[in-house]
Amino acid sequence: MTDMERGPSDGQPPEGDWARVQASPEFQELRRRLRTFVFPMTAIFLGWYLLYVLVAAYAHDFMAIKLVGNINVGLVFGLLQFVSTFVITALYVRFAGRRLDPLGDKIRNEVEGGSQ
Amino acid sequence: MSNGTVHLAQAVEGINPMLNFSIFGAFVVITLIIVFRASRNTKTASDYYAAGRAFSGPQNGIAISGDYLSAASFLGICGAIAVNGYDGFLYSIGFLVAWLVALLLVAELLRNTGKFTMGDVLAFRMRQRPVRAAAALSTLSVSFFYLLAQMAGGGGLVNLLLGVQGAVGQSVVIAAVGVVMIIYVLIGGMKGTTWVQIIKAALLITGAFAMTMWVLALYGFNLSGLLAEAVNMAGDNGEAMLAPGAKYGVSEMSKLNFLSLGVALVLGTAGLPHVLMRFYTVPTAKEARRSVVWAIVLIGAFYLFTLVLGYGAAALVGSETILAAPGGVNSAAPLLARALGGPVLLGFISAVAFATILAVVAGLTITASASFAHDVYANVIKKGAVEDKNSEVRVARITALVIGALSIVGGILARDQNVAFLVALAFAVAASANLPTILYSLFWKRFNTTGALCSIYGGLIITITLIVFSPAVSGGENAMIKGVDFHWFPLSNPGLVSIPLSFFLGWLGTVLSKEHNEAKYAEMEVRSLTGAGAEKATVH
Repeated sequence: MTDMERGPSDGQPPEGDWARVQASPEFQELRRRLRTFVFPMTAIFLGWYLLYVLVAAYAHDFMAIKLVGNINVGLVFGLLQFVSTFVITALYVRFAGRRLDPLGDKIRNEVEGGSQ
Repeated sequence: MSNGTVHLAQAVEGINPMLNFSIFGAFVVITLIIVFRASRNTKTASDYYAAGRAFSGPQNGIAISGDYLSAASFLGICGAIAVNGYDGFLYSIGFLVAWLVALLLVAELLRNTGKFTMGDVLAFRMRQRPVRAAAALSTLSVSFFYLLAQMAGGGGLVNLLLGVQGAVGQSVVIAAVGVVMIIYVLIGGMKGTTWVQIIKAALLITGAFAMTMWVLALYGFNLSGLLAEAVNMAGDNGEAMLAPGAKYGVSEMSKLNFLSLGVALVLGTAGLPHVLMRFYTVPTAKEARRSVVWAIVLIGAFYLFTLVLGYGAAALVGSETILAAPGGVNSAAPLLARALGGPVLLGFISAVAFATILAVVAGLTITASASFAHDVYANVIKKGAVEDKNSEVRVARITALVIGALSIVGGILARDQNVAFLVALAFAVAASANLPTILYSLFWKRFNTTGALCSIYGGLIITITLIVFSPAVSGGENAMIKGVDFHWFPLSNPGLVSIPLSFFLGWLGTVLSKEHNEAKYAEMEVRSLTGAGAEKATVH
């Protein structure tokens, strides 16, 4: 079977079951874990980025302060945005692998197994 | 100059047009062979739109960076850093941080709930026809703005990199580029297009890496020494190159404009339809996550290279020489390549820049054609009852042909226009019309059809209106239309106003409508978080 022949609910539990899975403690826990990680993290990186943009736009003199040789605050601040992006990526991958995937896989197996 | 004949002149001094043509020609031949081979298994809609969902995370991550790193981000950012110094670097940061939105909030949930397009995600729990029509309109608009900007930029590059001058000569090259792109998309579908992007990304990132190491080696791997030389070359105001403000610090309005641009860049990426569609080419949400991780690493590394290359061009070539060359700011990277490795490296970098345009327009074209065929034709016109599965793919191919033809004509007409604002416009529409709608749809239980229509149409109309009446179109220093001034909106980048307004409209539309499909939301939420019942890879 190619996936073209798959309607949205083919081979899946009837609609009442989705609501039952959604209401289950396991799913509620999965949702809580996802949201308590991604929402605060999004607020952090957007705030950190916005701070950078505001400082770059309005505090030129601060950004021009030299730290080592010709390396100034602006360059370091900019590079720190790269560092924070890489760090948040790594943190999320680790978190998802440990805290989200096992629970998500378990629920998925129950849902898909239950219909066959 | 435009006397109608093709000149093969010395565009950039030391350029060897035949060498550049040969290297670029070799790229086209190799990719066409791969596209033909890849097309053998392209049968179903899933093959055509999503490459049978059979690419691995790393492959898709490389392809995403190939799709995302446009000529503007290579030539444009290098040039902006070489000429304006630090301010050019600000773009890179916005373009990179934006990927965290895709990683944390969009990629995996989208992969689990949709099939081929953004419309699929919205249609999951809303009224199919109106939301698909709205999603398709927004997708087609963003794709077309982006496509036009790429094609129009192509004209300048033809002059700069291949030494072709004159209206006819440049138009012929733009048309040829368009035709090759159409062949990729028609024959190769998503699989062929993906391979083109993978090859291009590998060439672009390797080339940029080699040049970066070369530049750093010249300064004993001392970044501070490189910066000192860049400051020296720039003369009296050289110190200004190292801190922000050279371009955006002039007035209060330009600071606000920069802020607005920064917001649109960081929120636009995860709403770009050609980026969204790439998440469907992998078999699972975990692979979608791996794709984004690979993309973040590659794109981040690439932008670090452009920082060195930009200051390297300022130090080794000098901003006066760059601005005096054909193509102006865009010539920084090619001129640096010539200074480092002579005509051969220049030829290689020129060919890579061309391959970049080709791969990006191919990605945009397949996205736009998928959205029209899948959302508009199959689900709005045929109401989901397409009699023959092949007819949807046939419509997609015809659409690709039409979009390709339009982009060739548009690219030729816009050849000498200043259409740089089109990229900003594409990002602003993506951040205003698409992102709020996607986020509400994935995370907000109460969200409904009216809300989606308000945020998409509202975002689209507000953004386009503000751009039309902005200094980018009339009245500004580099306005598209000269001689008249009908602007009343002070910012060239509307994001600061249009994005919050679109979020607000999405909320307002939702609370004003009683529609609420509890059962469908339960299904969508379970599927989006667990991947239950998600579209599987096709096995051939």
